[in-house]
Amino acid sequence: MLKVVEIDHLTIEYPDVKAIDDVSFTVNQGDFLGIIGPNGAGKSTLFASMLSLNTKYKGTIKFFSTDIRKSKNYLKEIGYVPQKPIFEKNFPATVNDVVKMGLQKESDENKIDEIMQQLWIHELSERRIGELSGGQQQRVFIAKALVNNPKVLILDEPVTGIDQQSIDLFYSILKELNSKQNITIIWSSHDLDAVNKLANHVACLNRTLFFHGESDDFFENDELVKQYSEASMQEHMHHH
Amino acid sequence: MTFEIFTFSFMHRAIISGIAIAILCSVVGLFLVLRRYSLFGDAIAHSSFGGIALGLMAGIYPLWTAYGVSIVSALIMTRIKDRFNISGDASIAVLLSSGIAVGLVIIGLSGGFTLDIFSFLFGSILLVSVNDTILILSLTGIILIVILLLYRQLLYSTFNEEQAKVSGVPVEKINYLIVFMAGITVVTSIQLVGVLLISALFVIPNVTAIMYGKGFKQTVIISMSFSIFSVVAGILVSYIFDITPAGTIVLFAIGIFACTMGIKSAGLLSRHN
Repeated sequence: MLKVVEIDHLTIEYPDVKAIDDVSFTVNQGDFLGIIGPNGAGKSTLFASMLSLNTKYKGTIKFFSTDIRKSKNYLKEIGYVPQKPIFEKNFPATVNDVVKMGLQKESDENKIDEIMQQLWIHELSERRIGELSGGQQQRVFIAKALVNNPKVLILDEPVTGIDQQSIDLFYSILKELNSKQNITIIWSSHDLDAVNKLANHVACLNRTLFFHGESDDFFENDELVKQYSEASMQEHMHHH
Repeated sequence: MTFEIFTFSFMHRAIISGIAIAILCSVVGLFLVLRRYSLFGDAIAHSSFGGIALGLMAGIYPLWTAYGVSIVSALIMTRIKDRFNISGDASIAVLLSSGIAVGLVIIGLSGGFTLDIFSFLFGSILLVSVNDTILILSLTGIILIVILLLYRQLLYSTFNEEQAKVSGVPVEKINYLIVFMAGITVVTSIQLVGVLLISALFVIPNVTAIMYGKGFKQTVIISMSFSIFSVVAGILVSYIFDITPAGTIVLFAIGIFACTMGIKSAGLLSRHN
């Protein structure tokens, strides 16, 4: 099985706290990995390092068997969908403009059309990005992430603040990308039910990794699920 | 009188240079406005004032020293801003006041304000020479070609820096390139509207066009159209009524902006506006 990601003894320290403490795991090609953990568990910090946005870490991160400190070429094979894409509300860019931003090679109009149809945003192509709903915007950002035919899709809590109908559509799209196009998906989420339905692997992160394995092994283990829920609840109380 | 002005060669040069500068300011200015860097043009223009004073004192053609001083100080300020995490508006204030301060000291040392200084402060588009026109057209051409070649990277890093980085866009280099192009554009445009009104051409046609355009290219074209109209109308009207071209050009741009606000308030612009 081809290893897509290998994370080995990853530690990320801020001046007063360890955001990630000695985390190791691997992701194989075709995996659909759900990373769950409460707020502040280090999910976004982990992604920032995997995407070379943060380079101050100990340990190694490899993509396609190459240390990402040595080469940034792996980024061409990655599609990234952030938690809540930040952009100027009145930025004069149409859906078509935004999707094309993701293109790293010369424009392939057919590919863009195909992806926009697949994500049901074809009819929105001439609308300004800022006037779309959160769910529609998120589909546009997935389309942007997909235009280069990435091998891996990384999504950081992509359904935050989105209506249920859009969430359901979004999940069915992810499922299809993984099962039909064999795109490896690494996805962080709060939603245990969704992870249970979609992911075939689960990583449970709360600064350290306290579970990584097959999805069924996690969800069939009541003790683990309870532990996660308690940790999550404590963190929730702490934040309020 | 009205048609006669089209027969003057100085008027041809003024209008051709003016149109080129209008196009340049619209394109470069849109990137600055969308990066919340609207006053950066103003800061560069003020730092160029120091360069102009230096050139006049040293007996060098002032625009050459202005190019050097503005571009170098803008790049240094951008570096300092990134390195020491100073906010964008504060760095603009530092750049702006240092340029004026240096200029004032040099002017004081070299015997006070002269007519030359005033022509740079308030513009002198009717006085552009053939050489100036060729320089303005060449620089406009070069910058537009660079923008066309790097269109995706420039747009993407303006839209969202973090995502652009993940997609392999060399965001830092692109940021410096924008600052460099802004420096050249500002100094080139000084002849049209002068140091004091330069940011008007960077900002006003663009904030107006953003209210109309849907996509980026459409917005650029609308901004260019407003800008060209303001410049040409401003030059002609100012000549006919013997008033300052710089102020008239900017007032035309403000007029279009005000009309757009009126149209928008009346609910006549589509939903995204």
